[in-house]
Amino acid sequence: MAEEEAGGLVFHPMDQFVIKPLFGEGPVNWYTPTNATLWMALAALAITALLVFGTRGRAIVPNRVQSIAELLYGMVHKMVEDVTGKDGLKYFPYVMTLFCFILFANFLGLLPKSFSPTSHIAVTAVLAVLVFAGVTVLGFVKNGAHFLGLFWVSSAPLALRPVLAVIELISYFVRPVSHSIRLAGNIMAGHAVIKVFAAFAAVAAIAPVSVVAITAMYGLEVLVCLIQAYVFTILTCVYLKDALHPAH
Amino acid sequence: MFSLLQQTAPVVVEESETVIITESAEAAGHGADAAHAVAGAADAAHGASAPGMPQLDFTTFGNQIFWLLVILAVIYWVLSRIALPRIGGVISDRQGAITGDLMAAEEFKQKAKEAEAAYDKALADARAEAGKIVAANKAEIQKELDAAIAHADAEIAARAAESETRIGEIRASAVEDARSVARDVTAALVENFGGKLDQSLVDAAVDQRLKGALQ
Amino acid sequence: MENLGQLGQYLGAGLACVGMAGAAMGVGNVAGNYLAGALRNPSAAASQTATLFIGMAFAEALGIFSFLVALLLLFAV
Repeated sequence: MAEEEAGGLVFHPMDQFVIKPLFGEGPVNWYTPTNATLWMALAALAITALLVFGTRGRAIVPNRVQSIAELLYGMVHKMVEDVTGKDGLKYFPYVMTLFCFILFANFLGLLPKSFSPTSHIAVTAVLAVLVFAGVTVLGFVKNGAHFLGLFWVSSAPLALRPVLAVIELISYFVRPVSHSIRLAGNIMAGHAVIKVFAAFAAVAAIAPVSVVAITAMYGLEVLVCLIQAYVFTILTCVYLKDALHPAH
Repeated sequence: MFSLLQQTAPVVVEESETVIITESAEAAGHGADAAHAVAGAADAAHGASAPGMPQLDFTTFGNQIFWLLVILAVIYWVLSRIALPRIGGVISDRQGAITGDLMAAEEFKQKAKEAEAAYDKALADARAEAGKIVAANKAEIQKELDAAIAHADAEIAARAAESETRIGEIRASAVEDARSVARDVTAALVENFGGKLDQSLVDAAVDQRLKGALQ
Repeated sequence: MENLGQLGQYLGAGLACVGMAGAAMGVGNVAGNYLAGALRNPSAAASQTATLFIGMAFAEALGIFSFLVALLLLFAV
């Protein structure tokens, strides 16, 4: 992209996040298939492969792939049930969609030469806003004006309640911000750090250190990818619980 | 370090120009080429105040959001229509199979218990029957034994009685013999001493003497 | 003059990264207290892992914010 000076260290940690059209050059219109589209589609394909073709046998005694699919199912199902209660299970398919998409987008992004859709604020913001808007609408539909009780901390002294209400209101509206930036920031930071270490590898003297550092970071990133998908999902469940049972 | 980081400036320039030109020349449809041309000649000063993070390149937001919604819809459809019901069904089937197996096992256990009880009962019955037979046999044998003993006792008693009478006879005859011997001896003694033999007196005297000696 | 502006950008970005130290302490605090509690009462530990992750996520989010500020200073100002 940029004219690079020969021999020097070149840091382009953010280049990996550039969105390019998949076919040829040209402007990125709203319908243009880009590398982001490709890797999101690959995530969808991987999910389908695991959860649909992996469970094709419907075996009572599962094989390996089916075990993994059932593990994911059981994990998210238990999470939704534990956090939101039985009545939250209605929204389990959507929570599972979120979890699977984030998990697979994260993991596929760890492949060399790949692209992480979840490192983009636009993607995570949409995911978070969908949750935020859905939960808010659901809260008002299910509980009516009662939902505002979420902001009125009845266990606090009366004088403090308006102050607390303002704080609660602010923290409520910060939710989608932190929800989305947490995921994008984690993925972006991990990839950028790996890229910076990779740039150090151009110097022969510190190349071995750099390779070790990349390996260590990669291991950490694998963990982070799983944990961030988990955290995003469990926060979704917590917000859902607030909408279904707003009592403070 | 500072000089190294400065190298980001050209990248920034080019990207920002791409963005700007893309926006203005979107209708023209050849934005990228124009952007490259302009970017090459662009002044570095421009770049300082332009977005360098691809994440903040707002021209791609619409694209990402559109495709994200499409992909999410696809995943949601696949999961809610196919995958989740299937996996849920498999899991509940397994649960059913496990509880079914457990119940069957419980049933078999119950049956085994019943069979054991029946076996025990049969064994106890057989024992009781055997005991009865043994008792009956014992009683019969006892009866026979009693009869035999009684018979033997009777025989023994008869023999004893017979022996008694014979002993009595023998004793009587012995006493008689002893008496006659004593009379004879006494008579002989009296004759020898020159006495007058009075047989009846001798007999009386001998009897008198023998009364204490012979029962 | 322009170089001075860039100097400010880079200095600001570096200073913003100090905020990550706070997030690091926060996450360490959450994990450490969780471990201490879990060692005292291991039977209750399993039920609280979700809470652990939520707490870690909240603590970490603030560090990510400072990272974001650094990135914005570097690339977007």
